[in-house]
Amino acid sequence: MAESGASTSGRHRLTVSPHHPNGTATTITIDADLSAADRARLEHVLVDPLLETGAWNGAVGVHQLDIGLIPGVTDTAAAQVVHAAGLLGIDITDAAVGRQIDLDDAIGKADDTEIRRRWANPVIERWRIAGPVEPGFAAREADPAVTESVELPGDDESLAELGRKRGLALDLVELHVIRDHFAGLGRAPTDAELETLAQTWSEHCAHKSFRAEIAADDGAAVEPLLAQLRRSTTEIDAPFVVSAFDGNAGIVRFGSQRTYALKCETHNHPCAIEPFGGANTGVGGVIRDIIGAAHRPIACTNILCFGPADTPDDQLPRGVLSPQRIIDGVVAGVADYGNKIGLPMVAGGVLYDPAYVSNPLVFAGCIGVAPADRPALTGPHPGDRVVVLGGRTGRDGIRGATFSSMEMDATTGDVAGASVQIGDPIVEKMVSDLLIDAWDLYTAITDCGAGGLSSAIGELADGVGADVELNLVPLKYAGLAPWEIWLSEAQERMVVAVAPHEMEALADLAERHGVELSDVGSFTGDRRLTVRFEGEPVIQLDTAFLHDGRPRRRLVATQPEPIRTRVALSCHDPAGALLALLAHPNIASKASIIRRYDHEILGATVIRPLTGLHNDGPADGVVLADPSDDDGIAIGIGVNPWYGLQDPERMAWAVIDEAIRNAVASGGDPSAMALMDNFSWGNPTRATTFGGLVAAVRGCCDAAHLYRAPFVSGKDSLNNEYLAADGTRHAIPPTLVITAVGHVPDVAKAVTPDLKQAGNVVVLLGRTLAEFGGSHLAMVLGDDTTSAVPAPDLAAPGRYRALHAAMQRGLVAAAHDCSEGGLAVALAEMAIAGRLGLEVAVGVVDDDATTALFSESVGRVVCEVRPEHLGEFKDVVGGETRIIGHVSAAPTMTVSGQFELPLDRLVAAFNGATV
Amino acid sequence: MNRPRALVLRAPGTNRDGDAAFALDLVGADPRRVLVSEVFDNPKLLHESQLLVIPGGFSFADALGAGRLFALELVTRLSEELAEFVEAGKPVIGICNGFQVLVRTGLLPGAGLTVALGQNAVGSTSNGKFICDWVLLQPASKRSIWTARLTEEIECPIAHGEGRFVCDPETLAALQANDQIAFRYAADNPNGSLDDIAGICDDTGLVLGLMPHPEDHVLPRQHPQSLRGHRGGLARRLFEAGVDHAKETR
Repeated sequence: MAESGASTSGRHRLTVSPHHPNGTATTITIDADLSAADRARLEHVLVDPLLETGAWNGAVGVHQLDIGLIPGVTDTAAAQVVHAAGLLGIDITDAAVGRQIDLDDAIGKADDTEIRRRWANPVIERWRIAGPVEPGFAAREADPAVTESVELPGDDESLAELGRKRGLALDLVELHVIRDHFAGLGRAPTDAELETLAQTWSEHCAHKSFRAEIAADDGAAVEPLLAQLRRSTTEIDAPFVVSAFDGNAGIVRFGSQRTYALKCETHNHPCAIEPFGGANTGVGGVIRDIIGAAHRPIACTNILCFGPADTPDDQLPRGVLSPQRIIDGVVAGVADYGNKIGLPMVAGGVLYDPAYVSNPLVFAGCIGVAPADRPALTGPHPGDRVVVLGGRTGRDGIRGATFSSMEMDATTGDVAGASVQIGDPIVEKMVSDLLIDAWDLYTAITDCGAGGLSSAIGELADGVGADVELNLVPLKYAGLAPWEIWLSEAQERMVVAVAPHEMEALADLAERHGVELSDVGSFTGDRRLTVRFEGEPVIQLDTAFLHDGRPRRRLVATQPEPIRTRVALSCHDPAGALLALLAHPNIASKASIIRRYDHEILGATVIRPLTGLHNDGPADGVVLADPSDDDGIAIGIGVNPWYGLQDPERMAWAVIDEAIRNAVASGGDPSAMALMDNFSWGNPTRATTFGGLVAAVRGCCDAAHLYRAPFVSGKDSLNNEYLAADGTRHAIPPTLVITAVGHVPDVAKAVTPDLKQAGNVVVLLGRTLAEFGGSHLAMVLGDDTTSAVPAPDLAAPGRYRALHAAMQRGLVAAAHDCSEGGLAVALAEMAIAGRLGLEVAVGVVDDDATTALFSESVGRVVCEVRPEHLGEFKDVVGGETRIIGHVSAAPTMTVSGQFELPLDRLVAAFNGATV
Repeated sequence: MNRPRALVLRAPGTNRDGDAAFALDLVGADPRRVLVSEVFDNPKLLHESQLLVIPGGFSFADALGAGRLFALELVTRLSEELAEFVEAGKPVIGICNGFQVLVRTGLLPGAGLTVALGQNAVGSTSNGKFICDWVLLQPASKRSIWTARLTEEIECPIAHGEGRFVCDPETLAALQANDQIAFRYAADNPNGSLDDIAGICDDTGLVLGLMPHPEDHVLPRQHPQSLRGHRGGLARRLFEAGVDHAKETR
């Protein structure tokens, strides 16, 4: 229908409804003067008539929920609308993209609580029923940017109150040191200085608890935890470690050609309140860590801990999102970032436990590669320019470091909204590509993570000093106070130090890559951090005070006293127990999540997370090698919070063993194996909680020594607790994720767990004891007998070296670790993966069949060996080697004297569970 | 040695350009990964090439529908040059996001026909969920210079959320009659595509678009069952066909 030729000013709203129904339409609101012809041309781009119907300025029906982003939240779709209009020569002022959901009958109960629970998130969105929501155009009115002095009160009560009000997350001792420091300077701190100190001294950035002086119950001093971990790495003195616990990531050299940068981060708190954005930026952040270690990212990992998907709403503490919503959001957020930036999301795990309902855990890891002969970076040098690359700075992500360092409660979602952001993986990909091309143009590099520019420039300036002008930092919109520019954690930004004579080359390259570059100041050599706004200093801090002025925290540790008595469980229906274990959410197939992630991109994936004849068996570890040659790496993961609840020290041993064993079972060399630790724990000021952490770190260091596998990087996330409105406290179980990365000299010799051929012999390596503490058998039987968590097996490292030697000789047809659910689950998974049967007898494993089948003793690997290789295999492997049966062509798993189960029942149990 | 130059065209968000370049290099081409902005500034980069690849990824984040903005850039700034490229008899391949781009530019299926790639669907409901899995592809067109010589099925991964091939019945009949259906999913149809269509060619047979990623199965060891001794299903023959054809052009 012809409208008049004149432009219509103001707002134009296009609703795009898919033909193939999914209940959700996209809304595009454009602020511009548009003629009918302009609208038609825009519609031609924005609506594909084969897929969608477009309608301009349609009404929002009474059954429809209209949702839009809050101003300032990253809106990549809106940016595309503006870009498209530009290409069409149509001048538009702004755009906003939202969605409109048909609620139909559900409208009846769509009150605010229900909308928050199901459809929208007030942290980033706003909504309206039966009418269009106000579009989230960026605010254009700017408040004048001001910096204020903050007087620090003399009395403790007012001082503590000021700290709370500003969300500083500092204790009184720390606030005293700051007050005294500025008293000595004869002035009050500026808001920017105070915020900088709070971020730099936050638990998140400074790892106060891991650096704390430790007093044991008996008053004996214990070495600080981080010092213990560092010392263990120094003492192991592995020849392949290039850099450990230094900079953005640990670096190892495997083979002669390559170094690998390794990093794993936690992003727990943000995922609790905005699952998509939290997970999204968690992935983006850890990838930036690898870019910030001057390595090219090649793979991502992720470990997710959720509340059970079917938790009823009435069991959720107030203010907590439903687990299903968190699962959907986190998985979508991980997939969105990893898939779009183009990295294979390869290794990981998904765990479910009611203790994670109010505090889910999201561990995001990344691995990068660089040529081994690349010279190390030497800067920053005095005179180098301070250069910010990538995304623009906005008010998003203010005070993330301090937010992450506090406990959460029912108000957290409301007050911490600004801490959470949505990532833009395309920008990060462009920055990454630029920095790979520009690696010889900068002298130092780091990413903007928690604390934003304050921590990035603050860290680079450590020992050198820098003078920067905040007015030169490109902003998403005007009106940010200087301290907000300095502290913003807006995503996708990197800081590099660049010699003045390289600036032109870098600027040219940045322009070619479409990356925004800003020269914001210089490194000085005066060891002072000077930050200006329009020339006027807003921060003048001695870098020594900023980085070393923090008083060391002192924490009391009450050592756990775990039960270490072994008690056998009795199980009268082993076949039923096996099926229940295979269907248990922690063991069952994670295909519905894994297949959302691209694990093929880069063409380097040799062993995928799902493997076997039908690509549906769980792999132990994953193996990657650049397609240009066969020299690669294996990645294994270990995690078991149920052991952590009972015995943190043995948990540490067990998960290190599991991570290494997973990597070795896939073909990793146990003599070239590096570890990363990620501790997610509760409030460390509680002596029993901290005592558990101390015990776990002791276990970590002892195990690392025994396996000769050094820690090169780690990250702790503490205060994972939720204070419910009714005063009850919900703490997570002690959760330690270990990532093992090992060298695979020749990926053609890698080994998968799927059974290969009928007639082959099945061999169990390692000893089996009645160890059911924290076991999954106890879980499915509902047996709460307290008994020992699996003990360390001191013979395991030698066994793994021998197994690796056997693999190098081609003597191992399949290998699979025994972990949750024990030998029975391991055998069933091998049968499922290979679609072959098994005939085994477990009397040689243990006299007690329940122990033989379901104990979770560590250090064990099931191997499939060709009969003609058996003699040589036994010679090479030696030790505790038990032949338990053979692979059969009949599609049945037979455990002599116990049960016979058809293969298709095993497959159905394992694959049937839905997430 | 005659190594035809292959232009691997990148937009912001393109991410399988390296995989495509590796495959092309392997079969004897000289791949150049170039940003589309560089080609706008210097169209000679396209003229001097004998083969064009629009690789996979999420150009401009795909936030408003896959490939739409990249296609708009090409249509508004490079449409004549692209038409000349095909008129000169030079082969073009668009993979995944590149397929989506070629469809939106109108280069595929050509001859005034329109098709689309919608959100993946299971049954009657589209869920738009990204899926990464391996598929079996049956080459189906003798018209396409890319597939005419392929005699065996190809195995390779898919990795997309918007790969459901859609067109009206008349267009489908025309594509079938013109022998423009280049690939069909031979086993499971992973995304609800009409007629199991995984890829199509244009009416000249020079331009190919497909959702799966043949560039990620050019070495036997990239196959998931390679450690079970699986060989075959290699997709490098597809690239060999394109490069062989490119060698005949200038």
